[in-house]
Amino acid sequence: MSFEPKLMGFLCNWCSYAGADLAGVSRYQYPPEIRIVKVMCSARVDPDIVLEMFIQGADGVFVGGCHIGDCHYIKGNYYAQQRMKVVKKLLAKCGLELERLRLEWVSASEGERFAKLMTEFTAQVSELGPSPVSGEQPDIKKLKLLFAAKNVVEDVRVRSLLGKYVEFYEKGNVFGRKMSEEELDGLLDSAMDDEFARVNILLAASNKPVSVKELATTLNLPAKRVLQHIVTLKDRDLMKVSRIEGATPFYQSAQSVRIGGE
Amino acid sequence: MAEKNETKDKPRIGVFVCHCGSNIGGFVDVPSVAEYAKTLPDVVYATDNLYTCADDGLTAIREGIRKHNLNRVIVASCTPRTHAPLFQATCESAGLNKYLFTFVNIREHCSWVHMKEKDKATRKARDLIRMGVARARLLEAQEEAKVDVAATGLVIGGGVSGMTAALSLADMGFPVHLVEKEGELGGFVKNLNNLYVTEKSATETIKPLIEKVKAHKNIKLHLNSTMKSVEGFIGNYNVVIGTKGEEDTKAKIGTIIVATGALEFVPEGLYGYNQYPNVVTLTEFEILCKKKTLPKLKNVAFVQCVGSRGQNKSYCSRICCNVGIKNAINIVDNYENMLGLMEKAGTVVEKIPVEQKVPDEILDRRRRRRGRERGEEGEAEEAKLGPSEKIEVTVFNRDVMAYGVEHELTYNKSREKRVKFVRYTPEHLPRVYMEGNQLTVGYFHETLKLERTMPVDMVILATPLVAQPDAGELSQMLKVPLGQEGFFLEAHVKLRPVDFATDGIYVCGTCRGPSDITECVTQAAAAASRAAIPLSKGYVLAEAIASEVNTDLCVGCGICATLCPYSAITVERGPKGMKAVVIKAACKGCGACGAGCPEKAMTMLHYTDEQLIVEGLAGIKEVVL
Ligand SMILES: Cc1cc2nc3c(=O)[nH]c(=O)nc-3n(C[C@H](O)[C@H](O)[C@H](O)COP(=O)(O)OP(=O)(O)OC[C@H]3O[C@@H](n4cnc5c(N)ncnc54)[C@H](O)[C@@H]3O)c2cc1C
Ligand code: SF4
Ligand code: SF4
Repeated sequence: MSFEPKLMGFLCNWCSYAGADLAGVSRYQYPPEIRIVKVMCSARVDPDIVLEMFIQGADGVFVGGCHIGDCHYIKGNYYAQQRMKVVKKLLAKCGLELERLRLEWVSASEGERFAKLMTEFTAQVSELGPSPVSGEQPDIKKLKLLFAAKNVVEDVRVRSLLGKYVEFYEKGNVFGRKMSEEELDGLLDSAMDDEFARVNILLAASNKPVSVKELATTLNLPAKRVLQHIVTLKDRDLMKVSRIEGATPFYQSAQSVRIGGE
Repeated sequence: MAEKNETKDKPRIGVFVCHCGSNIGGFVDVPSVAEYAKTLPDVVYATDNLYTCADDGLTAIREGIRKHNLNRVIVASCTPRTHAPLFQATCESAGLNKYLFTFVNIREHCSWVHMKEKDKATRKARDLIRMGVARARLLEAQEEAKVDVAATGLVIGGGVSGMTAALSLADMGFPVHLVEKEGELGGFVKNLNNLYVTEKSATETIKPLIEKVKAHKNIKLHLNSTMKSVEGFIGNYNVVIGTKGEEDTKAKIGTIIVATGALEFVPEGLYGYNQYPNVVTLTEFEILCKKKTLPKLKNVAFVQCVGSRGQNKSYCSRICCNVGIKNAINIVDNYENMLGLMEKAGTVVEKIPVEQKVPDEILDRRRRRRGRERGEEGEAEEAKLGPSEKIEVTVFNRDVMAYGVEHELTYNKSREKRVKFVRYTPEHLPRVYMEGNQLTVGYFHETLKLERTMPVDMVILATPLVAQPDAGELSQMLKVPLGQEGFFLEAHVKLRPVDFATDGIYVCGTCRGPSDITECVTQAAAAASRAAIPLSKGYVLAEAIASEVNTDLCVGCGICATLCPYSAITVERGPKGMKAVVIKAACKGCGACGAGCPEKAMTMLHYTDEQLIVEGLAGIKEVVL
């Protein structure tokens, strides 16, 4: 059987969902792979929902909103644009093809365009083939990175920044300093590295208690960084001290962590 | 009837799969889909119906709820955008909270778009229902909060539309504030000479309206005034009206009508406007007629669609054909008479002056260039107008849109009066230039396929109505959208033409797009009756699709408040410190705040993270979490 990609679509109630309705009313045919979830506004699509879909094995995610300037909620699509930009940056870091995530504006009168987009998107993802993290044998490295990416968009620092992004970008922050694209990239990079390290720590400490020194050697990180990460993970209730030998504490993941086959 | 709101009970889901005649049944194996639904977790009943929205279908839902003690209902059929209210009402009539209803779209999003792949369409329908079941299990009953409405209206703009709307509300017994930027009521009509399809003077026509407005005890008129601020939400707007030279007025308002009108497009740089004398816009021409200061005329040319329909503006301005025809008839019928009057009063002018003087040097160069151009084309036969005692009127048009009954008759009348209609195409626009001292129109005769010229005394340019330049400010203040051309954008072109998507704010008149007075008055009356619904009811029910703050998680950062397009969130000090507070009646449920909250402290009721994620997962895998 040829590859049938698993495609998730998040469509806003007012424009793109209505556009999809019109495609139906006009009987424009398109491939049947897409599964649609209705949201009120494209701004409702939290970056972590998109990343969760990829973690769970979606081969592609489509987000649809109203055209810029036509948002039912005035500027929701503008937020969606900023947010999906960040998700794309993270997907790139995870080694997933950017074409797997598509953000498009479809108005309620663009039934034909919706059908065209679906045909195009389905073909595009089919061409790419199954997502590297889906199926029986997922690429563990990429899956770990995706977990890390999801943590990144759940990180308070990153979310605060994202929340203020539009404002920062236009008006500057409280110190009147404007945020540049590089600064955002820099922050995402460092958050991503940190989260990736934390995922690895959790995995390493999943089955048996380990010391900071052991972790530092296996993960090839300075002991000081490892300790900082452990403190963060403890704050998130993801890690605990399992026993202390002499003066050395041994840590273990709070729950057993499994990613793919690991 | 007591509603089955105890959602903590284990979900008991009923699934109703619709054939929609053969609309779904013809392309999806509906009975097998209903069978499949029975295998899904918590589904205690599943069936298929020929037409779920017909009486027996609705009865089946009610019966199902009763017999099987359902506390969740799923209908898999057409689109929630048209049919959700019907099924929700059915659920409510059987005692089930409407927020426990789930719609699965297997027609528009499935059977109609995959008509040649029955197997795959059937599989997709199954997946979509599985997604619906996953969502339904996590749904919770919601209460719609009652919000009191201040029984006072506000109308912004004192043109025909605003005055009509204010009067309608006032006549219904509601106090109304009417805010007009200028020192006088009347709006654009103040500029006009007469109004089609009557011959009566424009000023006379609207005089009674103005007088009624001024005299009405329920109308508080604010001239020389604009809105300084508008805060709040339906039923509870706190507005500040600023009046030149006076103290600000503060008022508590229930509903708002926007009627700020439009302006005429100024055809700078087109057809010799502001370059040659006697080239005027339609409005300028009407002002001249009204003031009775016209030059002597023998040949008049109208150019229609100046700057509209793909030139400077994309749209058709709708009214200009009829305004052009009206003025063409006026010239033929009344000019001699008017000239007599003008001669007596000494108001005949030599030429309508060019406002912006173009340096002679440039004019000279232009003249020389044009001369050369014509020379190269060879001496095309010049159109010589036959000697006529009567005034000649020619309307250069792309096509005449004299829609409806009266306008077509008026158009015919104008033809009877020898008004000439000459067609041009966007590829061959007419040109207006000076031939020596003679104002001239050069045009391509579409039937003869020849370049022709026509000496004229005056050129009248029909330019489109354009949005008010400050519409953007008002749109931001009211948090209502503008369309691409800067006009106010209604909630739905077909079904909600005078509502904004924001509850409590309505729109009418030319601020919403070009329309004539008849249409403005109709819209104004419609907007007033829409705006009166909450005012007379005294309360509104706030949609339960709204955000909710978890005060344990919220740190009061205020990011949600900056993201909210409706200012529905404030950050206030409470027993637990600074926390976000959502004004339910103002929240439109978009979810922008929730997806942006750093602490994930905002829950979007009815669209929670969990609900969206399980629905998505059920679409990717054969699982219902
Ligand atoms: C040349 C021409 C000829 C026409 N001839 C005809 C005709 O023969 N028959 C016909 O039916 N129609 C005719 N029309 C159309 C007619 O003029 C309009 O349909 C009508 O004037 C629209 O009324 P309105 O109240 O919507 O807007 P307007 O008349 O534009 O009134 C809007 C009012 O709002 C005020 N305002 C604007 N912004 C603000 C603000 N921010 N705050 C407070 N107040 C504000 C303005 O000062 C104005 O008074 C003609 C139009 C043109 C251009
Ligand atoms: S964004 Fe979140 S944490 Fe910040 S004030 Fe709003 S609800 Fe509270
Ligand atoms: S859901 Fe939208 S409208 Fe409601 S409070 Fe949040 S941002 Fe504002």
